[in-house]
Amino acid sequence: MGKLDLDPVVVARARELARRVGQPVVDLARSHTTVSVERAVLRLAGVAGADPDGIPWVNRLVDAVVADVGLGHGVAVPVFDALAREGLADVTVLAQKAAAGSVRFALPSGKAATAARRASRKAVAAGVRRIDRRRAERDRLVRRFGDPARRPWIYLIVATGDIYEDIPQAQAAARAGADVIAVIRSTGQSLLDYVPEGATREGFAGTYATQENFRLMRAALDESSRELGRYVRLTNYASGLCMPEMAALAGLERLDMMLNDSMYGILFRDINPVRTFVDQRFSRQVHARAGIVINTGEDNYLTTADAVDEAHTVTVSQLLNEFFAHEAGLADWQLGLGHAFEINPDVPESLRLELAHALLARELFPDAPLKWMPPTKHMTGDVFRGNLLDGFFNLVGAMTGQGILLVGMMTEAVVTPWLSDRDIALQNVRYVLGAAGGLHEDFVPAPGGFVQQRAQRVLGEAVELLERIGERSLLTAIAEGTFGIMRRPADRGKGLDGVAAHEADYYNPATEILERPA
Amino acid sequence: MSGGSVVRPYGDTTGDGMVQVSFTLPVPHDKRAEGAAVQLAAKMGIDPAMVVHAKQMGDGYTFFVVYGRVNHLVDLSAVRVVERDFPLLSAREVNTVVKQRLRRKLSVVGACIGTDAHTVGIDAILNVKGIAGEKGLEYYRELTVTNLGAQVSVPELVAAARRERADAVLVSQVVTQRDAHLHNTREMSAAFREAVPAGRRPLLIVGGPRFDESMAAELGVDRIFGRGTTPGEVASYLVHALVTGRGAAR
Repeated sequence: MGKLDLDPVVVARARELARRVGQPVVDLARSHTTVSVERAVLRLAGVAGADPDGIPWVNRLVDAVVADVGLGHGVAVPVFDALAREGLADVTVLAQKAAAGSVRFALPSGKAATAARRASRKAVAAGVRRIDRRRAERDRLVRRFGDPARRPWIYLIVATGDIYEDIPQAQAAARAGADVIAVIRSTGQSLLDYVPEGATREGFAGTYATQENFRLMRAALDESSRELGRYVRLTNYASGLCMPEMAALAGLERLDMMLNDSMYGILFRDINPVRTFVDQRFSRQVHARAGIVINTGEDNYLTTADAVDEAHTVTVSQLLNEFFAHEAGLADWQLGLGHAFEINPDVPESLRLELAHALLARELFPDAPLKWMPPTKHMTGDVFRGNLLDGFFNLVGAMTGQGILLVGMMTEAVVTPWLSDRDIALQNVRYVLGAAGGLHEDFVPAPGGFVQQRAQRVLGEAVELLERIGERSLLTAIAEGTFGIMRRPADRGKGLDGVAAHEADYYNPATEILERPA
Repeated sequence: MSGGSVVRPYGDTTGDGMVQVSFTLPVPHDKRAEGAAVQLAAKMGIDPAMVVHAKQMGDGYTFFVVYGRVNHLVDLSAVRVVERDFPLLSAREVNTVVKQRLRRKLSVVGACIGTDAHTVGIDAILNVKGIAGEKGLEYYRELTVTNLGAQVSVPELVAAARRERADAVLVSQVVTQRDAHLHNTREMSAAFREAVPAGRRPLLIVGGPRFDESMAAELGVDRIFGRGTTPGEVASYLVHALVTGRGAAR
């Protein structure tokens, strides 16, 4: 600790400011719900499957409830009240009847309301227990097969569009040294307001995230873990319009990591800010319970903004992500806070700047498994130069003790990685970690030198920015384009029509269970 | 250098024809695999071919690096490309021409359409930040820029172009899986043809790293810009096509 000689008073001030900026957003999230939060509740309560057109029953059921009584009361009570009135045992059957228009939903009072609350809580508790069992199962498998022998964990992406192609590729990647497999989602899935069903073989630049695809891939990687004698982790995305449902499905299918950023959807997908913050809080509560490590998306800011001028916005976002994550119940070991090697290599001293930024994140969040992201913006198609750049990226990762290293591809921005691209990239990682994996022990920047000064300056700028945001509000700052240059007003963006303020009798059994200490 | 129009690849001596290629064959690494690599190289016109590196990956694949002399010739006089057919102007010149000759701001609407979420290209051209030290179109005082960002639907784009009285619409397409960039571009140009009378249609421009610049007519757009295009080139083209060039009276 203390390689950068950071002033503990400034660090404490940064965290306090992040809390002050984040708290109003938490209050907003606690007083609103969304269609996706309610659908996640129903998934935990056991609603499964989809209609013949592929629209999930949870969507049909939530739409039916909203049409009769609105969203602001939560769907749990109207659904379980209707279930009792109809004399049904299975919520999915109720969803089917509701979709056919043969069920009316109402807001019960008195005894009927109490009974509906109790029944919904019992059903959701059963879903949460399934998540608990999957978490215990992971702990058992990690004990049996073991964790990777060294840090950083090597994180590789698979993205064929076809789950049955992804599986052998993922298994080959694990055999070649990957500790974490991420299945990239189909382009555009984040803007679908439902989760597709079943095993899928058609995707654009990625594979649809579905419960069945999760299950198939996790089972395949369990096989690989057994074969390789180390537990191979699986990653997907809790982002976009279905963030809460993705989190629930990930917990139910024992995924190990999920991409989950507090602001990514707002900035890069133009999803409504309120929708995002409400969905994000619920999804993080589920991740906390499921023992899932979240990966945040700060690397993305640097793909649109300048990595030197805007370095402090990464720090600000990390501090906010940390605050929101802690508030939702995630522990430090679950915070894969993101950052990236995106400085223009033509900038003088770019490697020293990268070292300063990477070490700053390391020192600010000593117990978080930081997610270190490779260069993308300055990968030009010159694959030879790209391979060198990736080598320097790997070196900075080793020197600054990063937790999760996403393997950079020299063919970034050229093609989706070929088998040989992945092999060359892994060879690069193995060489650097083999040659310099312990260099973080020896690497101590000179007192008062370039790296220390740069890190202190970025932290100072982060504090200034947090002060400015605090004077107005985070939503205003986002509206004005503070992060990643995109301007995103709170009353615009996709998914706003699926947001409602809580009515006085709002009830969500999942939140109630998740907020009680486990 | 000879003055002739026929050239061959250059390794370290004029006319040596040397090239380097790499590829993977779905076979385990053994003598036969290396022979197969040489055979493939020969069919590509590389003869003699030297397999300088061969490495097995996983169970049944081998990666090769091959150096060798290629026996094909390139006839420069038979090369067909889209040359820049407009003068390159500075930001100041662009502003002056628009101000004096158009006498109003030139309105540009940009977006990534379809499911493409890669705003890198459109942002590089439009954002003040620009690219490679060259400022984007937002920086040009006489241009009004509306950047709709990523995953904009075609109807949204048409509506925005109308609302902003767009003189030009810029569309960026990075994702090319299953030719999505071509489908999206055709859908976009068709929508503008349908929604706007011919004389009032904004200039349609698409850009992205995988477009063939000579396909503009086929895709129904006015211009395609490929890899490495700078904001200055786009601004200069806008001035040429809308203000100064022949047929600029749109």
